[in-house]
Amino acid sequence: MDILYFAWVRERIGLPKERVTTQAATVSELVAELSAREERYAAAFSDLSALRVAVDQELTDFDASLSGVREVAFFPPMTGG
Amino acid sequence: MRILVQEEPFDLGAESEAFASARHDMGAIVTFTGVVRDRAGGDLDVMEIEHYPGMTEKALSKIAQDASERWSLGDVLVIHRYGRLAPGDRIMMVATAAPHRRDAFEAAEFLMDYLKSRAPFWKKEHTRQDAGWVAAKDEDESALSRW
Repeated sequence: MDILYFAWVRERIGLPKERVTTQAATVSELVAELSAREERYAAAFSDLSALRVAVDQELTDFDASLSGVREVAFFPPMTGG
Repeated sequence: MRILVQEEPFDLGAESEAFASARHDMGAIVTFTGVVRDRAGGDLDVMEIEHYPGMTEKALSKIAQDASERWSLGDVLVIHRYGRLAPGDRIMMVATAAPHRRDAFEAAEFLMDYLKSRAPFWKKEHTRQDAGWVAAKDEDESALSRW
């Protein structure tokens, strides 16, 4: 699936998008998997209360299932307007 | 309903004029315009606006759809820019048309409250000295509870 990062999450991880193959069943499991990879991921995901997640372009929470999902995005709280 | 997400500037006068002239059964038109505000020290060089192409359009359409179901509206317009903007530049506008003013005003406020914290945009302020992401405000989140 495609993983997208925006704003300071993108800057901290150092890329806007990557394709990963994962067995993670939920967003939380995916976060744990990514955090275990490298320090830059662990740093970006250190405080989940500062992050929001969208699954297939719908805002959701970290318990969300990844079954059949094509795209997951991580970003800080939004500041539109 | 018209939703535009674009990098280029929009013509506030022309958009407002076209929106207000489109129908003759609407007694009230409300427009709101968001402008890049300089910092207190006057040192803002650039306001960079990032967004999530695809999700942005969906989120804005959903917010406009929700407003249309909740209030009696004839039409809704949302224009939001992204990219590098300067102080004084217009970032976005919303316009609502309704038979009566209360619906038009309330729907415009609802659109703005949701657009602030549910549409995937992020702002970064660049000054001569440094750059930093604008943090979301608690009051923007709590503003949603009144709806």
